Amino acid sequence: MSILSANTQLLRQILVGFVRDEVRKVGVKKVVLGLSGGIDSALVVFIAAEALGAKNVHAICMPYKTSNPESEAHARLVADACGVNFSVVPITPMVDSYFDMYPDADNMRRGNKMARERMTILFDHSALLLALVLGTSNKTELLLGYGTLFGDMASALNPIGDLYKSQVWQLSEEMGIPREVIDKKPSADLWAGQTDEEELGFSYRQVDELLYRMVDLRMTRDELAEVGFELEFIDSIYSKIQNSHFKRRLPVIAKVSNRTIDRDFRYSRDWGK
Amino acid sequence: MNFTAVLAQIKPKLGCINENLALIEERIQSAKQSGADLVVFPELALTGYFLKDLVPEVALRLDSPEIGRLTELSLDISIAIGFVEVTDDYRFFNSSIYLENGTVKHLHRKVYLPTYGLFDEQRYMARGERFRAFDTKFGRMGMLICEDMWHLSASYILAMDGATTLLCLSSSPGRGISGDSLGSAVAWQQLTSTTAMFLNCRVLYCNRVGYEDGVNFWGGSEYIAPSGESAVRGKILEEDCVTAILDEGSLRRERIFSPMLRDENLFITLQELRRIEQERGR
Repeated sequence: MSILSANTQLLRQILVGFVRDEVRKVGVKKVVLGLSGGIDSALVVFIAAEALGAKNVHAICMPYKTSNPESEAHARLVADACGVNFSVVPITPMVDSYFDMYPDADNMRRGNKMARERMTILFDHSALLLALVLGTSNKTELLLGYGTLFGDMASALNPIGDLYKSQVWQLSEEMGIPREVIDKKPSADLWAGQTDEEELGFSYRQVDELLYRMVDLRMTRDELAEVGFELEFIDSIYSKIQNSHFKRRLPVIAKVSNRTIDRDFRYSRDWGK
Repeated sequence: MNFTAVLAQIKPKLGCINENLALIEERIQSAKQSGADLVVFPELALTGYFLKDLVPEVALRLDSPEIGRLTELSLDISIAIGFVEVTDDYRFFNSSIYLENGTVKHLHRKVYLPTYGLFDEQRYMARGERFRAFDTKFGRMGMLICEDMWHLSASYILAMDGATTLLCLSSSPGRGISGDSLGSAVAWQQLTSTTAMFLNCRVLYCNRVGYEDGVNFWGGSEYIAPSGESAVRGKILEEDCVTAILDEGSLRRERIFSPMLRDENLFITLQELRRIEQERGR
């Protein structure tokens, strides 16, 4: 059994309780989230439906013209399976009209723009529906920085941000996510045939084994090498975590007063809730 | 003397004294109606846990109307409860009080303020300086606040000071999802059981539930008999009201069968601790 094996029933109870408690205590009943057809957002939509009732969950699929049509079909399958509200808002017109001004933009800029376009749609629907935006980034991609700052990383609440991808798979089995979605290769779906693991250069299961030992167990470089990880792999993952740390922090504020927000002005977000 | 204790496994709102006080009064009334003799609330029940800079804003003096109200309610039922205390010299303590017959019978200020991992208590609060047992209608007791119990010396001192019932008021965050049950729950269950067994004491453990900024509090409030056996345990992660019946007979029998505490040698312990203290001072 992998070191990452989770007690999925317990996990389900904690995460369903998290969504229910943290949403309702701010005086809101509903949530909205992007449903891509991938496993992370599928899992979050299942958790949300169980926590709040399917009618209080709004899933929006936001394809671009190069998105794999299978993704939208999977998103619809997932929404049908848990009975949540589902709509499709294509982002092609907005994204294309912007890049008409910058025709030379590379894939990274285009991918980031798409992620941020989707974010603005979700936050607009947050106001429209009086619903909180749920995040769907998992711990693996948050640690590796494999996400777009203020794009897919933006949300009000993230139920799965402390779950490695391997644990997302486990919990998805427990919660009955449709098989097709669990079994398919993870993809950011920015262009046809793209897969995360090919782009990253390692498998999620491989990197999760390392991340868990490095981050959660705080094993040293020597200890990691001793249990069989290549030094080169250890070092490259360590730098990925370090170099993407800015994405996991609030913007840095220049301190001039005696009480600076988040440095010596410290309150929980649930202040008064 | 036999008595019935209710462990009020509540979900306080962060920084909302009045709402929490109303919730607490409700729980006191229903415990009273059920015929309980004592109702135990969690650590910081009046305020919530991750207070940070709210600490000075929610702190209460011992002579505040809120504490006065609770003290008044103790005319009918004994109450143990946690709150933030402010003193005349403006120190803020993570405190608990034991109220009985309309008086504050005992005040305990948390000694061990965790400041590691997800905890940051000592940044905001002052450290208590004593562990003292105290007499109640139901025998001699000792109070501990959460992290206090993870220091063997704390429970040991209270037991040596004659406490036969240890109250532990807790706001324990749930973490560790790999085992059969929550990691922190397993750790606490081992701790309370072992403490009860080592010291032939009863342990009443009251933990809160709810979420604050994504952190869950796991509940599982429990009465552990002096044998170390769990007599009754509350739900995990949900509000609950746990009723424990503490009978004098089981305490008496346990102390006859396993008289470890009687045989404990205070002289040797102190002699060695003094030696260690001296050697460390060199």
